[in-house]
Amino acid sequence: MPVPKRRAVTLSLCPHLTLPHPEERFPVLTLYSSAPLTATLAAAEGPDTGDTAWLLAATALVLLMTPGLALFYGGMVRTKSVLNMLLMSFVSIALVTVVWLLAGYSLAFGDDAFAGLIGGFDHLGLAGIGPQTLTGTVPTLLFTTFQLTFAILTTALISGAIADRTKFAAWLVFVPVWALLVYVPVAHWVWGPDGWISSSLGALDFAGGLVVEIASGASGLALVLVIGPRIGFKKDAMRPHNLPMVLMGAGLLWFGWLGFNGGSALGANGLAAASLLNTLLAGCTGLLGWLFVEQRRDGHPTTFGAASGAVAGLVAITPACGVVGVLGAAVVGLAAGVVCSYAVAWKFRFDYDDSLDVVGVHLVGGVVGTLLIGLFATATMTEGAEGLFYGGGLAQLGKQTVAVLVVAAYTFAVTYGIGKAIDKLMGFRASAEDEQTGLDQTHHAETAYDHGVLVSPMKGSNAS
Amino acid sequence: MKLITAVIKPFRLDEVKTALQELGVNGLTVTEASGYGRQRGHTEVYRGAEYQVDLVPKVRLEVVVDDADADPAIDAIVRSAATGKIGDGKVWAVPVETVVRVRTGERGPDAV
Repeated sequence: MPVPKRRAVTLSLCPHLTLPHPEERFPVLTLYSSAPLTATLAAAEGPDTGDTAWLLAATALVLLMTPGLALFYGGMVRTKSVLNMLLMSFVSIALVTVVWLLAGYSLAFGDDAFAGLIGGFDHLGLAGIGPQTLTGTVPTLLFTTFQLTFAILTTALISGAIADRTKFAAWLVFVPVWALLVYVPVAHWVWGPDGWISSSLGALDFAGGLVVEIASGASGLALVLVIGPRIGFKKDAMRPHNLPMVLMGAGLLWFGWLGFNGGSALGANGLAAASLLNTLLAGCTGLLGWLFVEQRRDGHPTTFGAASGAVAGLVAITPACGVVGVLGAAVVGLAAGVVCSYAVAWKFRFDYDDSLDVVGVHLVGGVVGTLLIGLFATATMTEGAEGLFYGGGLAQLGKQTVAVLVVAAYTFAVTYGIGKAIDKLMGFRASAEDEQTGLDQTHHAETAYDHGVLVSPMKGSNAS
Repeated sequence: MKLITAVIKPFRLDEVKTALQELGVNGLTVTEASGYGRQRGHTEVYRGAEYQVDLVPKVRLEVVVDDADADPAIDAIVRSAATGKIGDGKVWAVPVETVVRVRTGERGPDAV
């Protein structure tokens, strides 16, 4: 999603454009009242209304992904910490929004301040940006809001790796720090003005395979290594407590993903349509791939597998949706569904408690999708870069590989540092007693499900 | 008086209830229970991770009857709960010293 240069205005009635046969056009226009004529003239100075309308809608779609993720994750944990899981996502919305508008946007999308690594301070607190300011063909205020919803989701994704055992106060500190020190630089490298990954290296990441999926996955792994496994990992049954909730969350994610990827075209155009279609398709092939493996390996296709496979396919198509064709998208989704269905078992073999498989689905799926661009990128989508199977040789695959390695290494290392610092400062992990009782009760003084008839009388109310 | 306790398969509850009603047994307490006997549990798989579920869901029902009614009641439960397959459950009875109806204060067999 590189920031587009101001697009050439193709409106036929712009006063400064020389039209070949203006007189031929007027008879057509006189069929209408003069109102559209005025509107068209005004539009030449302002945003493209079609692009703006789509991006407004897409922004709302992406925002809904975070509550969707909350349900997706919430259903996977045990009843005693489902509220904590939901809240980790919801506070991410609140915290990331504040830091993004204060500093994140400027550092990620402000003019490059140093070697393609980070943006400047020009737009702290959105300084200098008003309703008339444009990025590409849309208002900058909309562009920054759209980007904000990405930052929120990416940060919230990490919570799945450290479910059930994280001290809530530590998460509140981690979220804004991570968004600024990890998300923002990587977003600048890939999508910011003159960011080195897009400008110098030339790796492709349409909607966030590097920035969103690999960054959150590698960071999840780093935090797991800092805080350690849940008590009873590999011993106790830790079944998902509510699979309908998981499926509902996956459905909302899928729905929102159409805005995530389709909106990344930053316009209402053919590229948006192609990205949206590729996104839908990769979710489907991912779902089928995962179910196929389950049927062969475990004997039953499961609802949990279907939800996981769809998400794996969607993860993998995120970087690729705007650079591969329909066949490419089908293969990317299928590959992710199959590979991730095996990758989720690595945590048992290598002994890291990535509780809800942020590594197995997002890191691995993100790597699959980002690398497959090197094979399936097609010039009909990229207007330039081509993958191995489309006559581009190995060059693009090489660039994709470098980008994957650097982003994974940077995000892992910095997150590990942040995690260690917070752990030293205040403890990143809840006490064993709180963990065993459940974080809902100990951290939030709430219970998700009131099954019982044994209620005690009210003690008092702060509201009165 | 006797307290009859039965642990049965949940989906047989309706048959057992009907059979007891036909005998004139008018009260019944039911609890959802989990446990295992010879049936053992089953395996569930989540994202490829296998879980052995040892505790099988059961229904535990309790009923207090007059001594004379105990054997027919036990027979009725056994007959109506049986499927012939492993995991059908258990029925047992123990003597009860006294029973009081809370609303009226009646004691003994009248309270049953």
